Formats: sequence, C-alpha cells, structure tokens
Amino acid sequence: MALWFSRSRNIIAHLVKTKISPINQSLFHAKYISYKLPYELVWELRKEYSSTATGMVFRRFESARAGEVEEAVTYSTSDYDDDDDEINDAENKTIDFPGGSVAFTQQMKFISESPDKRVPCYRVLDDDGYPIAGSTYEQVDKEMAVKMYKSMVTLQIMDNIFYEAQRQGRISFYLTSMGEEAINIATAAALSFDDIILPQYREPGILLWRGFTLQEFANQCFGTKDDYGKGRQMPIHYGSKQHNFFTISSPIATQLPQAAGVAYSLKMDNKEACVVAFTGDGGTSEGDFHAGMNFAAVMEAPVLFICRNNGWAISTPISEQFRSDGVVVKGQAYGIRSIRVDGNDTLAVYSAIRAAREMVVREQKPILVEALTYRVGHHSTSDDSTKYRPLDEIEHWKTARSPLARFRKWVQRNGWWNDEGETELRGTIRKQLLNAIQVAEKSEKPSLVDLFTDVYDNLPLNLHEQEKSLRETIKRHQKDFPSDVPV
Amino acid sequence: MAFGSLRRIERFGWASSKLEQRGRSIVRRLSTFTEVDESKKNSSHQETGKSNKSVNLFSAINQALHIALETDPRSYVFGEDVGFGGVFRCTSGLSDRFGKRRVFNTPLCEQGIVGFAIGLAAMGNRAIAEIQFADYIFPAFDQIVNEAAKFRYRSGNQFNCGGLTIRAPYGAVGHGGHYHSQSPEAFFCHVPGIKVVIPRSPQQAKGLLLSSIRDPNPVVFFEPKWLYRLAVEEVPDKDYMLPLSEAEVIREGSDITLVGWGAQLSIMEQACFDAEKDGISCELIDLKTLIPWDKETVEASVNKTGRLLVSHEAPITGGFGAEIAASIVERCFLRLEAPVARVCGLDTPFPLVFEPHYMPTKNKILDAIKSTVKY
Ligand SMILES: Cc1ncc(C[n+]2csc(CCOP(=O)(O)OP(=O)(O)O)c2C)c(N)n1
Ligand SMILES: [Mg+2]
Repeated sequence: MALWFSRSRNIIAHLVKTKISPINQSLFHAKYISYKLPYELVWELRKEYSSTATGMVFRRFESARAGEVEEAVTYSTSDYDDDDDEINDAENKTIDFPGGSVAFTQQMKFISESPDKRVPCYRVLDDDGYPIAGSTYEQVDKEMAVKMYKSMVTLQIMDNIFYEAQRQGRISFYLTSMGEEAINIATAAALSFDDIILPQYREPGILLWRGFTLQEFANQCFGTKDDYGKGRQMPIHYGSKQHNFFTISSPIATQLPQAAGVAYSLKMDNKEACVVAFTGDGGTSEGDFHAGMNFAAVMEAPVLFICRNNGWAISTPISEQFRSDGVVVKGQAYGIRSIRVDGNDTLAVYSAIRAAREMVVREQKPILVEALTYRVGHHSTSDDSTKYRPLDEIEHWKTARSPLARFRKWVQRNGWWNDEGETELRGTIRKQLLNAIQVAEKSEKPSLVDLFTDVYDNLPLNLHEQEKSLRETIKRHQKDFPSDVPV
Repeated sequence: MAFGSLRRIERFGWASSKLEQRGRSIVRRLSTFTEVDESKKNSSHQETGKSNKSVNLFSAINQALHIALETDPRSYVFGEDVGFGGVFRCTSGLSDRFGKRRVFNTPLCEQGIVGFAIGLAAMGNRAIAEIQFADYIFPAFDQIVNEAAKFRYRSGNQFNCGGLTIRAPYGAVGHGGHYHSQSPEAFFCHVPGIKVVIPRSPQQAKGLLLSSIRDPNPVVFFEPKWLYRLAVEEVPDKDYMLPLSEAEVIREGSDITLVGWGAQLSIMEQACFDAEKDGISCELIDLKTLIPWDKETVEASVNKTGRLLVSHEAPITGGFGAEIAASIVERCFLRLEAPVARVCGLDTPFPLVFEPHYMPTKNKILDAIKSTVKY
C-alpha cells in the first residue's frame, strides 16, 4: 500500500511537470489513474486539469481530504444514474475502457454497500399452496407433480430412518436434508439426466430422482462391499458415475472451481448439457467459491451454480458469514446472471432451475441461483443446534414453512393426491428402507485389497510391500481386526 | 461434516474397544508418570496455586485459552463456530466472558482465518486461530507456508507475526474417514519459520498451548481429537507453561528407544508394557515439539539403548519419522545395533472401513520392537 502511494505520487508529479493532461493520455492510462488514486491525489489532478468542475465538487473533495468522507461524499444506493450530463462537454463524457465505455461523472458518488431494497425472491405458491396471481411458471403435469411429491416424501423418510439408525449406533454418522427437499427434488426434476452434478453434501435428492436406489444409499452409509466408494468414506459421501453425480468430498467449496473445468469440457465437446454445482451459504465464503465463479464467467463455462442459503453454516448464522444482500448479488460482481428463489416453493425452484438450465446450455455461460431455505435438522448427527438457535425458529420452518406441506396442498387441491395415497406411500417407503438397512447390515465389508487399490491406477512398490506386511500382521493378530472385512 | 461431539463414539463395535484401550492407557500412563510433573520445573507459584482438578483434554485447552485471554488484553480467539464454544467445545464460555470482539466466529474460510490472524499478530497482538479440523487447514497452506513462516525473515526482522498460534484438531477418531482423521504435521515440519507442537494429554496441552501462544514465533498446534474427552488428568488450575523444543522421556528403558507424539504415545506405551512382559526394556520419548525438535534428548537415549523406533499415524512415506530416523542415523551410526524401525500409517488416504488396518496399532509396534531387538 505504502509502495503504491509513493509510486502514484511520482506518476502525478511527472504528469504535472510535463503538463500532459491525463485525459489526453492513452485511454487506459487515464482510466487507470482516475480509478486507482487516493482521493487527495485525484483532487490535485482535478485542480490542475479540470476547468468544468463546480465549486461544490471541490468542497466535497476538500472535505474528503479532511477525513469527513461520510458526511461530505454522496453515494448512490440503487443505480448509476448521472444527472449531470449537461455539465460534461462531449469529449469528456465517457471513457472507452476494456469492457466497454464508462461514463464520467463529476460527482464523487460511492456505490452503497447495500441496495435500497433487497433483491426480491421469486415465488409461485403462497404459504397455503395457492399459485400467486400473475406468477409466471413452468406447467407441471400430474405425473411429474406426483413423482416430485413422492420423491420429496421418500427423501424425508430416508432421512428420518438413517438418522435414527445413526442414533442407534448402526452407522457412524448421518446428515439430513430436512427442510431442503424442494431444492433437492425440484432441481433434479428440472435438469436433464446428462447434466453433471458437483454436489456439496446436502443434495442426495438429486441421486434419488435419478434412480439411485434406497439400497444403494444404505450400502454407502453402511460401507458395504457394494458401496461404490468401497467403504472408504464416511456415510453420506455418495457418488455415482452412472448417475452423473461426482463423489462428495467433505472439504467445503472445492467442487466449485472444478465445476468450471468440467463444464468447459462439456462446452468443448459441444454437449447439450451443463454442470450443476451446489454450495451452501457457508461455502460462499471460501476462496474456492470466488475462484469457481470467476473461472466460469471468464471461461464462459456452462455451470449452474446453486447456493442453498439455509441461514446457517453449522452454528454460524449468515449475518456472520457475509454482509452482502445474501448470495444472489455476488453474481453480478463476476458478470454472472443470477436469481433469488424461494427454496421451499417446489414450483418456483422447478421453474427457475428449468429456465436457468436452458440459458446456461443455450448461451454457454454460467448462472447463479440463490435458493432461500432453512436447515431444519441439526447440521449433522454430531451437532445439537438447540445450543445456538431458538427452538421456535426451527419449529416455524419445520411446520409453517415446510416445502412438503406447501407442495402437497397444491398437488392435492389439483386432485392428484389424497390422504390414502400418503399413508400407503409412507408405509411402503418405510418398509423398503428397513429392508435396505437389514441387507446392508448383513453385507460383508469391502475386502482388504480395496484398502490399497485406487490410490493410483496401479499398485506401486511401497503399497505392495505394505499390503504384504499387513497380511502377515493380520495372521499374527487376528483379533485386532474387524472380522467382517474379508482378507 | 464436523463432529460436534464424540460422545456417540462408544456405540461402534471396533471403535469402542479401540477407544477403551486408548482411554485406559492414558489413565494408566498418567498414574505411572505422575512424578514427571513438568509444571514443577518452571513454576514459581507451584506451592500457592495448588488446586488441581481432573479434567479432559478439551477442558484443559479451554482453561489455557481463558488464561491467555485473561492475562493479555491484546489476545484474540477466533475461527469457524468458535463463538458458541466450537464443535469440540474447546472455546466454551469464552465469548460470554471476554466479549464478541475478542472471541468470535469467522466466515467459513481458512485462508481468511489465517491471513487475518497473521495481520492481527503483525500488529503486536496474540492471534489464536482455530481451524476446525486439521484436514481443512490446506486452504490456508499458502498463508502459513509463504506468509507466516517468512514474515520475520523477509523483512529483516522489521516485521513478525510471532503472536500467531493456529490450533487444529488432528488425527484418527475411529470413524472419521478421509477428512476428519488426517495427521498433516509433516507438511508443516518442512517449513522453516514456524513451530509445530502436539500435546499428549490434558496437562501437557494446557502448558504447551500457553507456551505456544506466548512464544514469539508462529506456532501450529495440533490437538489429538481422539483424546479430547477420553484423556482425563489432573491439571493445575494455575497459569503454567511447558517448554517448547524440549522432548520428555516419559518412560525409562535400556533396550530400545521409542519416539512419538500426541495420541500415538498411549498406543506406544501399551506396546512398552507388553514388551516388558517379554523382558524388553523400552524407553519412551514424547517429542512434543516437532520443529525445532529436541535431537539431543533422542540422541542421548539412542546412545544408551542402541535402537530406535518411531511411530506416527501419518503415512510412513515422507512422514516426520523419516527425518528423525535420518538424523539419528547420522549421529548414532556406530552405536545403532539395528535399522531404525518406523511403524506408521499406510501410504493410502485415511480409510473409513479399513481404519484398524491403516493404523499403527499396538501389536504392529510390539512386533517391530521385538524384531528390532532381535536383529
Ligand atoms: C474447508 C472446510 N472447512 C470447514 C469444514 C467444516 N464444515 C463442514 S460443513 C460446514 C458448514 C457448511 O455450511 P454451508 O456451506 O452453509 O452448508 P450447510 O451445512 O448449511 O448445508 C463446516 C464449517 C469443511 N468441511 N471444510
Ligand atoms: Mg448453510
């Protein structure tokens, strides 16, 4: 910083000495200076070269120099309107700068840190499941609507049962998607199967929608020989190549720059598909979020970024995560089109994702969707969220704002669903899940070779040696090792 | 996917027996080694502040943080979810006591946490930053390796960030899989300019953490999360420090020297007990500070025993054990009666289902002790 100061002083000294107006310098140079200089130096420049500036402007700059920026300097809260055009003479009106021409203004106007109004949230169904008059949305037919609703219920029951299984000590960990069923299912329904998913971790509904079976979920959570991840990762770290769903990785936000790379490949291959990359609100604070957004924008990579803004990152509320108007506004800063949607409104999510997906694929550019929702469950089975948030807040979102209840009202009002169907569905899914758990529990674990394979494509010498030595150890000390891992 | 609590750990078959082993060993060791009370060495008010309570490791850390904040108004504690007490409860009660301006949640961004901490420390503050899991320290790698470690050197000692301490839970926990189990200490041991400290027990944790916080160099302090609740020990209430870069012989022996740190020591100690039944006398050393490490203590011990075994959870290749082995071979070549043995984690990512196979277990160590002694 100090370095920059002295260097810029030199530039100005030089300009003053040689009497070259910065405006007449190469365009880039002029822009560079007017953007980067500390105010006092800008002021010097203006005094020297600006004959059009008004006395008022000067006073403002002087105030700014005296350290009274807050009072003296105006800022705009909404747009960049310039009502002083008439003061500018023609040639000084704009500067042609990489990225397009930029209008000059003689007002020292700061862009506000927050807009007058928060970005509105796109919604179709009201709290009672009635379509809001005048809303634009994708038509959803009976078959689709019922399939979506059933999937949401299935996801909810799966969460309940696996959560319980963890509580009973049958699996080591679990994490629910409760409260976020609409984002999970409506997103999945709005995508094409070829779209590639780079998940965070609270999106198992996408897999469910794509046909990943309850048994397959159970196999992963129980780490059986049939788990595609070969029992190596903690429960809920699903992944399925067949379902175009990249394997979940715990480190937050790492998938986001990867998404730009995956999407760039789709683009180069002229695929009619995009990448759908998920993040939580917490994830947007990581450097990787910013890298991913910027790369996708600059590379014009077809990525649909979906931020599930559920208000919390473990115990950290969004007020301690960012001070912007949520996440949606970050799109524009990167040159990415964005929309905010009611994440608990199944029709709104479905419609917004369909439209966004269309644009991403057609225009070959990224889009950012911020879905407002709430993490109704604890962060995971390792967390007790009543320690840091009020019970009635949880209860409110669980009941009054339940995405399932709202969508069900709409589906049922259309005559596509009824209470008997509900009871039957819940019973069937429950049975299927209990069965899946039983099967998984009885299954063998992956065999010992799977400890060493896949570190590389082939086993290098060190791993050969280590495998051999481990097998000898197991022979000597059988009781040290779990009996359900075939040797 | 953080572990807010490890209470549920008892429920798992393998984890539970393994865990009890660790717990028992700690308690046993503590009774064996009560005479090795470091706090007696350097404490002037040993007689006055005599109230010792049995506390677990996370409470000992919590006590140290309380004292650090209490004794230096220019000290700060922050990190992800630190405000409500942290996912392992290490920061419980701190923000109520010292206010949200000194103890606070940060955005979810490790590079931000460490970068912020370096800046704070560079202005003469004590910045005590928490990384929620050692597995998540890597986004901050650049800040630690290129910034914190070189801050003093590159400025000709005009600037330093010596007030920086980075705390992170590390190591296996029975069911942590790839990203809640790693022991990344070796990466940081390759970086001149930072210190790396790992305590083995509550009493050690409190004294070493206070030393790390007050040390005029940036310190990475890895806490054995397996022991947060399990290891219980009498910890003096008072403010005390244990010296950095001083290893400790926690068990004397004459046939072989064992060197380790953190949670692994309790496993190594069980192997020592079993070896003793076979007539092998093992000396066990807790390195405590990995860089700059106390070569002399290890060297003196190996000159006595003529044999060395190093054990750590991190993968064997490029682990810190390799550095110890090489250094000791250099210094004690003619005295060594067998190759240096290393019993470490495998060269694979940390696996969930195969954790028992991956780990440097007691019996793996015992076998290595025997074959080294018989060599
Ligand atoms: C790099 C990294 N740092 C910290 C963590 C620990 N951690 C796991 S989930 C989480 C919160 C994530 O919150 P958010 O992105 O909002 O997702 P949500 O859980 O709300 O769906 C944290 C801090 C991690 N997994 N990875
Ligand atoms: Mg969140």
